[in-house]
Amino acid sequence: MINEKYFNSVIVLLLLLVPAWATASDEPFTITLITRAVVFSLAAVGLNIALGLGGLVSLGHAVFFGLGGYAMGILAFHAQTYSALFEWPFLIEGTKSMPLIWLVALIFCSIAASLIGFLSLRTSGVYFIMITLAFGQMFYFFSISWPKYGGEDGLSIYVRNGFPGLNTLIPLHYYGLCLVMLFLALWFSARLKKSPFGLALNAARQSPERVETVGLNGKRLKLIAFVISGAITGLAGALFADLNRFVSPTMFSWQTSGEIMIFVIIGGVGRLFGPVTGALVFVSLEHFLGGINDYWHVYLGLFLLGIVLLGKGGLVGILCGKEKINA
Amino acid sequence: MSIVLIAEQILNGLQFGVMLFLMAAGLTLIFGVMGLINLAHGSLYMIGAFAAAAVASFTGSFILALIGALTAAAIAGAMVELLVIRRLYSKDHLDQVLATFALILIFSEGTRWVFGSFPLFLDIPRYLSGSVELPGSIQYPRYRLVLIAAGLLIAAGLGLLITKTRLGIQIRAGENDREMIAALGVDISRLYTLVFALGSALAGLAGALVGAIQSVQVGMGEPVLILAFVVIVIGGIGSIKGALIGALLVGMTDTLGDIFLVELLKLFTDPSTATSIGSSIASMAIYLLMGAVLVWRPSGLFGASP
Repeated sequence: MINEKYFNSVIVLLLLLVPAWATASDEPFTITLITRAVVFSLAAVGLNIALGLGGLVSLGHAVFFGLGGYAMGILAFHAQTYSALFEWPFLIEGTKSMPLIWLVALIFCSIAASLIGFLSLRTSGVYFIMITLAFGQMFYFFSISWPKYGGEDGLSIYVRNGFPGLNTLIPLHYYGLCLVMLFLALWFSARLKKSPFGLALNAARQSPERVETVGLNGKRLKLIAFVISGAITGLAGALFADLNRFVSPTMFSWQTSGEIMIFVIIGGVGRLFGPVTGALVFVSLEHFLGGINDYWHVYLGLFLLGIVLLGKGGLVGILCGKEKINA
Repeated sequence: MSIVLIAEQILNGLQFGVMLFLMAAGLTLIFGVMGLINLAHGSLYMIGAFAAAAVASFTGSFILALIGALTAAAIAGAMVELLVIRRLYSKDHLDQVLATFALILIFSEGTRWVFGSFPLFLDIPRYLSGSVELPGSIQYPRYRLVLIAAGLLIAAGLGLLITKTRLGIQIRAGENDREMIAALGVDISRLYTLVFALGSALAGLAGALVGAIQSVQVGMGEPVLILAFVVIVIGGIGSIKGALIGALLVGMTDTLGDIFLVELLKLFTDPSTATSIGSSIASMAIYLLMGAVLVWRPSGLFGASP
């Protein structure tokens, strides 16, 4: 068994060294690839708060990923066409500034997550999985049939949005930006897990009745976790859209929800670096197996089955063993 | 909007509904008896359609194609149950979702590997093609009427199977108390394999029947799968009656929602806006319906309250 702290340090080193190596040997594609992995990691870190800490099996996190993406797409679309979003009751224009876009994404995802969470938490178990899935489908079909922002074809943005002090068009700069956001989210979720809120949430997941008995509102704790989770995944969506300079309804599809969940589970549910490990492994598999064989999804499927049937709690669980409570 | 159009749309909704029922019945049985969320149910629908297309192009017989679809899906279902699903019963829903998601990947890409990426076609046999004139001079395709009749017949048969036969008693007992019927000497693992194969065969049959009016292609199962999930969640998981009512509700809402919403909105705005907004909302209508049902009754219309 590897000490989890060492394992996490290796992942961090990997995230720092791979782009350094890629820059030195002039392989910009590798940087794009690992940026993709980092953005997926961020989305999965978001889901891990609902899934790992709150025990909420949400098959609808694509809603937030997509909303984040469309927040970027719509704002940048209006900025590049010099048209206003709204002229009434007051003028709102588009923007090409990332911090502003992120703020909008966070606000809209929090609102959406509060509404979806409030309704979905009335149910539990399978019904919760299905109702979150249904919300995802609602957004998916709406985005397809709403022609103003591209409908089924999606929206292309010509130039990546800007961040003060950086040239986001340089892959390494954009990678750095995404990595900082990922580290912030990881730091935040580590703090959250140890905070009184995190402990209460953990208790609400394991034994809802006892938590209610000591006078805590378990549903409210779960709702807050769901909102935080959705907001972080939404931020990842905005970064993902900016990485591709493209948004489409695919971001809302249930396969996207499934993939975000796969990252968490491959890595290890509830483990701090589980989502990052999962996303890195997924993107590497996609790249290397996809290069060897067109039908690489077969192997991915077998790999996933193996992880589930082994039942050791994902890669982090297999490599580092069970989580130490006071680590 | 004429009466003929409305009647046609109602029949279309009915046809869609009964086909959804074939999918949903298997799904709800499997969940009710084994407590398993099976995302791979759509793959069995696809396997049925591909098997039917392959048999039909080989023998030219539609009946043989349907038998082929039933057999292939039942065998695939039984194999999957024996090899993989069996190990998932004791695991939580999260593991079940992931493992059956993995099965979708394996089945979809495996089928693409064998049959290629191009869609196959399954022809409606000559004796079922053409249209029939219904009372009120409504022309309606004969094949779709046959689908409605077949679906309703199967629903009735399934109802009899559940309420009147020994297997049905075991299935219902299995839904209520697994340990008890195992203690009473029922071979529970054989029952599980049987229920899974039955559900798979129904999905395969639905795939083959619908495959004749749509194209047979990889990925055809997943949209239907999600609708079938909506159906069983609306109807209440584990209830065959709920699955039937839910399927008809979803089929009708999906088919009628579009035209009625557009017509309704035309009263308020100009036609082009009405069409675009109306069809946007209609595409979400069944999910709105499901949300409303769940908020009103968190375990579905006919589900046991927790």
